Amino acid sequence: MHDRTLTELAADLAAKRVSAVELTKHFLARIERYDDALNAFVTVTAEQALKQAKAADERRARGDAAPLTGIPLAHKDIFCTAGVKTTCGSQMLDDFVAPYDATVIERFADAGAVMLGKTNMDEFAMGSSNETSYYGPVHNPWDLKLVPGGSSGGSAAAVAARIAAAATGTDTGGSIRQPAALSGITGIKPTYGRVSRYGMIAFASSLDQAGVLTQTAADAALLLEAIAGLDDRDSTSLDEPVPRYSAIVDEPWERVTIGVPESFFDAGLNPEVASSIRAALKEYEKLGATLKSVKLDYIHLSVPAYYVVAPAEASSNLSRFDGVRFGHRASDAIREDLATFYMRNRGEGFGAEVKRRILTGTYVLSAGYFDAYYLQAQKVRKLISDDFARAFREVDLVAGPTSPSPAFGIGQKSSNPIEMYLNDIYTIGANLAGLPAMSLPCGFVRGLPVGLQLIAPPLAEGPLLKAAHHYQRVTDWHRRMPETYA
Amino acid sequence: MLTPDDIRRLCRLARVEITAAEIADASAKLSSIVAMIDQLQAVDTKGVVPMAHPLERAQRLRDDRVTEADRHELYQRNAPLVERDLYLVPKVLD
Repeated sequence: MHDRTLTELAADLAAKRVSAVELTKHFLARIERYDDALNAFVTVTAEQALKQAKAADERRARGDAAPLTGIPLAHKDIFCTAGVKTTCGSQMLDDFVAPYDATVIERFADAGAVMLGKTNMDEFAMGSSNETSYYGPVHNPWDLKLVPGGSSGGSAAAVAARIAAAATGTDTGGSIRQPAALSGITGIKPTYGRVSRYGMIAFASSLDQAGVLTQTAADAALLLEAIAGLDDRDSTSLDEPVPRYSAIVDEPWERVTIGVPESFFDAGLNPEVASSIRAALKEYEKLGATLKSVKLDYIHLSVPAYYVVAPAEASSNLSRFDGVRFGHRASDAIREDLATFYMRNRGEGFGAEVKRRILTGTYVLSAGYFDAYYLQAQKVRKLISDDFARAFREVDLVAGPTSPSPAFGIGQKSSNPIEMYLNDIYTIGANLAGLPAMSLPCGFVRGLPVGLQLIAPPLAEGPLLKAAHHYQRVTDWHRRMPETYA
Repeated sequence: MLTPDDIRRLCRLARVEITAAEIADASAKLSSIVAMIDQLQAVDTKGVVPMAHPLERAQRLRDDRVTEADRHELYQRNAPLVERDLYLVPKVLD
């Protein structure tokens, strides 16, 4: 059952070939069997999942089931879940139980989906390897010595090992696409504001966007149409109609022009990954796409611009974690003066990478530096965004690698922040410009999956998913799974 | 180059404690991050309007009315220390 795509499972449930309870038990048993080695879950909500599954079966029996009714999903532990611990991968929130559901959680629950549990992640989504989690690293199902990517690493590993039918993630600089690439699955980061951020613990508010990690683009379409759309509780949520993505992906292929930025094929790109990407582009040509070279003159500045904007916003967002109303409190800190009290709570509650980002953000926002860093970064951000806008006057999509290399070893890059940050060199641009983007499996290098990245104009999730779906109709990279979990 | 004193000053500003042992590492790593972001200084951005919203839209405003009910008991379950419905913090006034 677990090797079936979410779309196939939805059809099985609709045809009553399987019940939601059977499906949920099957995935819970797989979590039980495999997750000790993977560490993909922080919390497994078995009891609640079975209750939801039973309710889903009853709902189907009444005849008012939605397409996702009874589908077992895993949710990144960044989404608040009423009554279930939400840690954000941090000691700061080790015992935090949110008093409400995030909009994403609520909409999936309304659709009748089942929550299997909450997935492991880099602390406060700050990382590209899932090694900064307070709950330990997640292991890549393709090779347990390697990272699954991050920050949605638990979600990626869970889908790759087929211990969940699909999972939610968030993407601030590549945190859905990069782990999808390194774990051999499909991931979509929608347009900024397409999916509500309400109840999603904030990292960098002008960049954060929720999305999904799945086996296929068709699966992603089905999930996205359930969660996208206006939410009054998020003031940046877009007031735009939500197309039926699951119908769009099946529409006949039209000729599209795909832009290929040569700057994405730079010296930093692993040559074998480059060959896989070139081969995928050839496949698109065979489908009838036209390839066209495009110039993104400022894209090489996306990493430095991001590492000003994101830490600045993070240092502000994370100031709410002070150990007063919720969060970690250092023992005896109450006896200190107020400033020391905050410093001790936060010093103990946050891990090293989170502290580095807070300090970086504090530095770039501090008196005398604001114009030189934050304002300059916002200007460079505009130049990067204009580059994409110019490209999209000539092409329908932009394609390139998701990540410069396949999965790397646990511990291999964790001592050098700059080396780690460069993992997101190809993904950050879409966040800075607010564009929808995907990663889809397009080959293997020495047994490890490679991801092709597609980037689309604002709100063009439909054409984006459709292009990915048509590629997946003629290739089978997305159907491969690590042998251990077959 | 960020010196250990710079790090201590930033820690005070950010209200984050780091141990004496972590300071050297933090100053080396933060210095490398600052060197990386300093690439931005060389870019000519004269006349470029800073981008405040990725899609250059304005945020919606909601009506100014109360929408939240009083749920302090639920909210305070997450608090480390509460007494008579009040969050306890160090003494600020004598």
